[in-house]
Amino acid sequence: MNLMATLLAADDPSQSIHPIFAELKEIIWGGIAFLIIAALLVKFAGPPIKNGLAARTARIQAELDAAQLARSTAETEAANIRTALGDIAAERTRLLAEADAEAAALLTEGRARLEQDVADLLAKARVDLQTATGRVNEELQSDIARASAEAIERVVVENLDYNTHRRLIDDFIAKVGAAS
Amino acid sequence: MSDDRIDGYARGLFEVARAEGTLDEVEDELFRFARAFESSEELRSALTDESVPVEKRLAIVGDLVGAQATSTTVQLISMVVGSGRAKDLPKIADRLVQRASSSKQLEVAEVRTAWPMTDDERVRLAAALANATGKQLNLKVIVDPSVLGGVVATIGDDVIDGSIRTRLDQLKNRL
Repeated sequence: MNLMATLLAADDPSQSIHPIFAELKEIIWGGIAFLIIAALLVKFAGPPIKNGLAARTARIQAELDAAQLARSTAETEAANIRTALGDIAAERTRLLAEADAEAAALLTEGRARLEQDVADLLAKARVDLQTATGRVNEELQSDIARASAEAIERVVVENLDYNTHRRLIDDFIAKVGAAS
Repeated sequence: MSDDRIDGYARGLFEVARAEGTLDEVEDELFRFARAFESSEELRSALTDESVPVEKRLAIVGDLVGAQATSTTVQLISMVVGSGRAKDLPKIADRLVQRASSSKQLEVAEVRTAWPMTDDERVRLAAALANATGKQLNLKVIVDPSVLGGVVATIGDDVIDGSIRTRLDQLKNRL
């Protein structure tokens, strides 16, 4: 508005308006209005702006801190994971070694037990075989003895004729007589 | 039957036989009948079965010994069987033989053979046993096929066994 007034005044030769500087009165009122507005701004808009900036600064700082903390945590976890990975590899190696040892022990023990069982079975089989053989031999001997005795008795009875009976009685009498 | 009753029967039979003068025959016949009674299940059943009428049991006795024994023996056996004492006949006969032998100062020698002995064998065996035991013997011969052959003589508690049966048994045991 001042610029327009200045330009219009320039076209009016009756008025002596400086092309560059405004009138003093306008400068004063303008300065007063500026100061009032500036004071109002400082009074009413300054604190919210300052608070907003402070809050924004605090939020950014908090975010920076959180990021830093997250980074530290992540680095710690990464370190832990690396450590854990190393532990896992060692544990895996240890477990595999233990499993191998246990499997070898089980194999050895199982083989020994199996060999013992086989030995026991063989021993028992030998004893059973000897027992069975002995029993069969005894039964065979018994059968042979019985058959022999029956055969002998049959032969003796078949050969016991009248004369043999007489001779047996005579032998008995002679034997009794000799004993006296 | 109690021993007293058996003794009573034996004494009665002994007195009857001695009174009739047939003691030797009667004791010998009773002894042989008693052995036959012991060895024959069929005869034992027939003479001791209470369901068989007495007349039938006496008829069996008559059939068995009537023609081979003296009438006294037949009557005595019939008396025992008729009184229902047939099962005690062997004991009665043994007591009678013991009593008869004792009356003659003899001891009973029971001789078992598979075949009947001849008179000569009896005499020689009696003499040999008398010499061996130092006793006068009343020889009672029993034909027992289970002996198979040879002789088994029993005098009191002494047994002289010369039987084929015993030898075969000994051979079986050794086998």
